[in-house]
Amino acid sequence: MGLENIIRDGGFMTTQMQRVVNWSRRSSVWPMPFATACCGIELMATASSRYDLARFGAEVMRFSPRQADLLIVAGRVSIKMMPVLQRIYEQMAEPKWVVSMGACASTGGLFDAYATVQGVDQFLPVDVYVPGCPPRPETLIEGIMAIQRIIDADGIREDQGKREPLNIVIEPNYEVKDQPVELSVGNT
Amino acid sequence: MAKPNLDHPTLALVKARFPKAKLFATEFRGDTTLVVEKQNLHEIMSYLRQDYETNYDFLSHVTGVDYMGYPKSEGNAPEGRFAVVYILVSTKTNTNLIVKVMLDPSLPTDGIEEDPALHVDTVTDIWPGAEWMEREVFDMYGIRFDGHPDLRRILLWEDYPAHPLRKDYPVEGRGERENFRVIGREDA
Repeated sequence: MGLENIIRDGGFMTTQMQRVVNWSRRSSVWPMPFATACCGIELMATASSRYDLARFGAEVMRFSPRQADLLIVAGRVSIKMMPVLQRIYEQMAEPKWVVSMGACASTGGLFDAYATVQGVDQFLPVDVYVPGCPPRPETLIEGIMAIQRIIDADGIREDQGKREPLNIVIEPNYEVKDQPVELSVGNT
Repeated sequence: MAKPNLDHPTLALVKARFPKAKLFATEFRGDTTLVVEKQNLHEIMSYLRQDYETNYDFLSHVTGVDYMGYPKSEGNAPEGRFAVVYILVSTKTNTNLIVKVMLDPSLPTDGIEEDPALHVDTVTDIWPGAEWMEREVFDMYGIRFDGHPDLRRILLWEDYPAHPLRKDYPVEGRGERENFRVIGREDA
């Protein structure tokens, strides 16, 4: 980390215990993929080499909920599947966070049908909603970075907040410029 | 409307073999449909499967149709609220034939109570592959197949309170997707 070059004498530094704990938790989020639809494909792309979720310390996909911190619900969930999802959530050890990935997991998407849950947050506590149908890997990475910001703030805030959503809206990290609109068809 | 072209080779064979049965046939863009009555269904299907000339050795599909609100046809063509449709394929002669049975319910169709009028003979003893397809028709339309070895719901769970592909069932359901246990942050 380069810290050892800065802190030379004795190698001591003072910090808050909670900050160290949060730093270590945020830097090694182990996701449990609950991929039921096409969002799962984007989740796989996010984890693999081009987008490389390992850069964010979250590359260890755990298919056992007992070893995972982060439940990524990727895809539509039918009400018949809901007991399974709730059981997976309950089997995860604290602390745990939930990302609802994509339109279907967050709202039911276009599947306004008798069997499709209209958003997993009706039955589960969700921390971060990732929009998109399906979200691009960059969007999911933004969502995982939002989870990291939530973990960073865990136990630090004045209200000793537990894990309520921070209501963060992530601003676009690019400037929207004027579009080139001058059409030159037939004029050249 | 063009007159249907009824020169499918099987139609004459079935008509000669079952002179007393009430048979109707129609054709649309090369697909010939034979409409039979439900008391004749099993023997006609058995004949179509076993006879050397017809030899429909492959039951491609079994599905149901709900004709609620369907316009009345002219003439004495058979009508009914529901239909069970069998798509037969002969791999020997490379022909296919659609067989249809019309059924009229005798009870209100918004529940799941067993309707004696919505019974039809199974064809699992003729084509074993019909088993799961008939279970799906039962699940979605509540049409029961007499003699089926294992007639349970195949997609929905056992105590689902409706047959959802009936057209008097609302597409959003009757609250089946909302009534479920909610896990909060403090529960898990």
